[in-house]
Amino acid sequence: MPTKVENWKDEVYGNEIREHLMEFAEEGWDAIPEDEHDAWFERFKWWGLYHQRSGQESYFMMRIGTPNGVIEPGQLEVIGEVAKEYATGPADNPEFGDAYCDWTTRQSIQLHWIKLEDIPEIFEKLESVGLGTQQACGDSWRNIVGCPVAGKDKHEHVDAWPVAKDLHETFKGNDDYSNLPRKWKVAIAGCDEGCGQGDINDLAFEPAEKDGELGFNVRIGGGLSRKEPRLARELDVWVPPEQAADVAHGMSALFRDHGDREDRFNARIKFLMDEWGPEKMRSVLQEEYVDFELETAGEDMRDQYSYNTGSQDGHNDHVGVHEQNDGNYYVGLNVLVGRMGADDTLELAELADEYGSGEVRLTQRQNIIVTDVPEENLDDLLDEPLLEDYSPDPSPFMRGSIACTGTEFCSLSIVETKNRQVRYARWLRDNVELPADHDEFHIHLSGCTASCAQPQIADVSLRGMKTRKDGEPVEALDIGLGGGLGDDPRFADWVEMRVPADEVPGAIKNLVNNFEDAREDGETFRDFVEDRDEETLAEMVEPEETDYHDPYMHNTKMTWYPYAEDDDMQASPAPTDGSGEPLPSDD
Amino acid sequence: MTTDVHQLDDGAWISVNDSREVNVSDLWLLARSDFCGCETTDFLAEGFVKVGIDYPDIEARIAGQCIACGESGVTDWLTVGRVVDPESGEFYGVDHESIHFPEKRTRLARPPE
Ligand code: HEM
Ligand code: SF4
Ligand SMILES: [Zn+2]
Repeated sequence: MPTKVENWKDEVYGNEIREHLMEFAEEGWDAIPEDEHDAWFERFKWWGLYHQRSGQESYFMMRIGTPNGVIEPGQLEVIGEVAKEYATGPADNPEFGDAYCDWTTRQSIQLHWIKLEDIPEIFEKLESVGLGTQQACGDSWRNIVGCPVAGKDKHEHVDAWPVAKDLHETFKGNDDYSNLPRKWKVAIAGCDEGCGQGDINDLAFEPAEKDGELGFNVRIGGGLSRKEPRLARELDVWVPPEQAADVAHGMSALFRDHGDREDRFNARIKFLMDEWGPEKMRSVLQEEYVDFELETAGEDMRDQYSYNTGSQDGHNDHVGVHEQNDGNYYVGLNVLVGRMGADDTLELAELADEYGSGEVRLTQRQNIIVTDVPEENLDDLLDEPLLEDYSPDPSPFMRGSIACTGTEFCSLSIVETKNRQVRYARWLRDNVELPADHDEFHIHLSGCTASCAQPQIADVSLRGMKTRKDGEPVEALDIGLGGGLGDDPRFADWVEMRVPADEVPGAIKNLVNNFEDAREDGETFRDFVEDRDEETLAEMVEPEETDYHDPYMHNTKMTWYPYAEDDDMQASPAPTDGSGEPLPSDD
Repeated sequence: MTTDVHQLDDGAWISVNDSREVNVSDLWLLARSDFCGCETTDFLAEGFVKVGIDYPDIEARIAGQCIACGESGVTDWLTVGRVVDPESGEFYGVDHESIHFPEKRTRLARPPE
């Protein structure tokens, strides 16, 4: 029997949701019939709107999908303006102020505190420069991710950007694929560094050579969510760039027809892959969903992958100054936990215009890249004061930090994430010395097992938990070690569980020191972890209180907003009307 | 009216008559359960797996973990609240910090999701 969500989707889903959304926006929050809240909020996701958590009713997170992370000239300014004008809530964030943009791990943009009533104006502004929120959430083709410097990279073999763009245009708003059993995440890259992170996507195109021709190998069924992480598996299919869209049509139709619509927990294609295996997946694709003979896999480039591998050479990320294939440069700026104030975003838009082409790009490490900077402009750009906060040469702990949304806005969360990770990164920068040959050290913090911050593929993985300290419940983190991608991708080993959040920086400090003492010459952290068993590793993680202070130990999910002066759930102004005035609520 | 209960957002919360009523991240004390070896399970709710109604009780099976011993899994049926008067549909949540006794089975008002 199909789930309730499936029934709602049968009634209204896809493009047609927009009309209803606009009508509700016109009439105001109260116009959504009370007994239809759940159905409409489920549907609004398809248009990029996700109702924020308990205590924040009537406010939405809005996701803007930027394929391959490409933000074209003129777009960043509009994003900054929209954030400044509309993404402000009833309380400020102590680290980030009253308006900010989140650059996400899937090269998208998230804004918070969006009011239903403002949506028509926001859509108009975004769409006037070619941006949109369509299918940014919901059971559909999500934002396509890839190598953020596609088309500009010296390590590129196939320019994947036109292919990504074509997929984006083909599958955005396409009624044949607008109602899938679950989200559908696609990655495509043509470089030999692995920065598409195809291994953790539902459908991945990775560069490969066949009979002297360059194209893509196809992998299926990756994903990190819940406690069921999967690496995408090889389908044994190679496609030339001009046929990538045909295989994408076929695979997403296969998923549409065969994905589990009776159990949302079992719906992602990774579970169908578990059930069928790659051979059956391939033969069903061949027999029912494509009308040409599929080629077998070509020669891939995975042994050259460096992205997020912990290898300490090559590109582990895109931070820093790098030469493009056209002689210009790109400058990758570190954005700590992916959050940038609206004013800073506006200033960056100006700098990108002044020194580059006006284009910027988002990475899967929550960072931003200014592209197309001529050599003669480099020094002036690097001297700009904004780059002190968003550095192209940051401490490894600032650079390696990723954090998800957490209890600030997210209903699934267990713990506070972004502000905590900001404090962790600063403390680690000031108190911990990595071995001299380590300038990359990735720490990913996710507020729950959904794994939006991709914790399982970091050197140090942190995942929201709780524990008791002196009898009182406090926010805590599970600690995992040694995850990463590359030719031999590996998920973290969870070695130390339920560490009170204020003891985690001490634990990482002790771990790094123990690593330094016990490692062999030249041994990377990732190899070090791989060579040791869980017990040995657990002993090296010694949780400890230090002078690090954590203001978020107190079960922040029980507040209406963790940083409000009066954070009590009862003190919440939500739901509010279009101008932010509290509405009577029956909750 | 009939009472409408479901879990949403991948099990993040339980909706009762289109109102968000029970959330993940709370701690529940479970007694006489075989969830783990602890005398009382100090249970962190991480996701609502199934919801059901045994009038007037609203019940759920919850995925999570005992934060004392680390055992993780899915609980038996737990009463998470009541809708005493189906006409008004008003929901009264139980105090999750008091002691609860999970049960093996419940009558489902509708097939589980
Ligand atoms: C308001 C609530 C939520 C917020 C703010 C949020 C935020 C995010 C962000 C920032 C990302 C990366 C960006 C992207 O996908 O474009 C992400 C990815 C993800 N989210 Fe969420 N999320 C929320 C709710 C959920 C829920 C309810 C689920 C579970 C169904 C979920 C599961 C995931 C997963 C699995 C990923 C990707 C990890 C991967 O690479 O496999 N999120 N989310
Ligand atoms: S990992 Fe969990 S807490 Fe963090 S944003 Fe995703 S769903 Fe929310
Ligand atoms: Zn226990």
